[in-house]
Amino acid sequence: MAFPERARVQELFKGLWITFKSMFEKPVTIQYPEVKRPVTPRFRGRHVLNRFENGLEKCIGCSLCAAACPADAIFVESAENSDDERFSPGERYASTYEINMLRCIFCGYCEDACPTEAITLEDNYELSFTNRYDAIYTKERLLVSVPQNGKPTPQEVEPGKFDRSVPVMEDPTD
Amino acid sequence: MEPALIIEWVIKSAILLLFGVTGFAYLTLYERRALARIQVRIGPNRAGPFGILQPVADGIKLIFNQELIPATADKVLFVLAPIITVLPALIIWAVIPWGRQVIIGGREINLYLSNANVGVLYLTAVASIAVYGIVIAGWSSNNKYALLGGLRSSAQMVSYELALGISFIGPIMLAGSMSLVDIVEAQSKVWYIVPQFLAFLIFMMAGLAEINRAPFDMPEAEQELTAGYHAEYSGMKFALFFMAEYIKMIAIAAIGVTLFLGGYRIPFIDIPPAIEPLVFFIKILILLFVIIWVRATFPRFRYDRLMAFGWKILLPLSLANVFITAVILVFRG
Ligand code: SF4
Ligand code: SF4
Repeated sequence: MAFPERARVQELFKGLWITFKSMFEKPVTIQYPEVKRPVTPRFRGRHVLNRFENGLEKCIGCSLCAAACPADAIFVESAENSDDERFSPGERYASTYEINMLRCIFCGYCEDACPTEAITLEDNYELSFTNRYDAIYTKERLLVSVPQNGKPTPQEVEPGKFDRSVPVMEDPTD
Repeated sequence: MEPALIIEWVIKSAILLLFGVTGFAYLTLYERRALARIQVRIGPNRAGPFGILQPVADGIKLIFNQELIPATADKVLFVLAPIITVLPALIIWAVIPWGRQVIIGGREINLYLSNANVGVLYLTAVASIAVYGIVIAGWSSNNKYALLGGLRSSAQMVSYELALGISFIGPIMLAGSMSLVDIVEAQSKVWYIVPQFLAFLIFMMAGLAEINRAPFDMPEAEQELTAGYHAEYSGMKFALFFMAEYIKMIAIAAIGVTLFLGGYRIPFIDIPPAIEPLVFFIKILILLFVIIWVRATFPRFRYDRLMAFGWKILLPLSLANVFITAVILVFRG
């Protein structure tokens, strides 16, 4: 090895100077549990099952999401609605709805497949668990809370009012 | 020998050992925080205010780690290696002076364990024991990465020890003594870093190689050797290697301060002896920062370049430095 030329020795000190300077920059660290980084609008976090304004569940138990899911993370079992015990508009509702968050790859295909926009991926990314069973999100954990003017399900409704599973779309631009 | 003197020595040794061990713990924190700042991060700040309990947490974690001894390892040597590594790092402190004398309870107490008249020789001798620990660790693990790490470190430490030892000669010649106390006292006017700047640079480089710090951390080059000589170590045995490395880092900083930066003295100012250890300590902290800073800046050397650098550049340079210093000293009378 030749004796390092002057230029190379200078580079060493330049490097030292750069690291020294960087000590006085503002740290980029985000102090996580206290400070949370905002997520982007189209962020795909934990799923929720949505409700209509009157409190009925949007999910009609059609299992399209389970069929679309590439990771086979969703399990749906449906049951019949009746006007005395109505969970969702139409004939059927999801009596069991489970997503295994250890399998889910957060691709959002379930959201795309859903005919009623019942399942959507929201911005919650804090999905830590210490137990495999806690990774299975059941319907109770996925359902959003009942809206202000709504009633909890099952509801008793007047007969013949909610006979369409998929609501009529008034303005199909969305 | 009077009993009081023995008690005094025991107490001083205990303080030094405690300093070494807590110094190690807090140096890890210091290093992590400083590295984090250089990398524009914050660093560990969760355990206790400013993260000051982080070393405690790390220690507890290491104690409860499972200790593994590989089935084919040489068990006796495997257990002995971390001890051999850590001991020299601790006993090296015996000759490093922290100050002159303080009067406590009517007794004049020297702020050093021993003012050996061959202090510098002792330093180099003790420092070179550590290589045995590393080679034995590498060999006894019966793991090829560990063995390669151990071999590298033996080659590296033996090569750089020469340059390191010769860089000590400059200050020895200027002070006309090998006793570290005399060398510090001889720097009461001007620090030896001024007349011996080259020796200081050589000392820093060879010192970094001697304690296996980046950019000379060949024996544990993670990318090539997984972890080098301590690849098979876990739990407290691993902690001992870690401890040896960090205590040696403090020791190298202390030696640098003693030989080149005026030890516990500030030029021209006569500070009271009681705060001399503090001055010494602050200087060590500054030199430690330099070591960390170098680690944060430079990538690791390639192994053949490392050897070439040691033998073809550092050694001739240090010899030339000794020669020039000797000539100047003779001409000035
Ligand atoms: S986000 Fe993708 S992987 Fe996760 S449940 Fe929906 S379809 Fe399955
Ligand atoms: S979430 Fe949507 S797609 Fe899945 S079962 Fe319910 S309605 Fe069907």
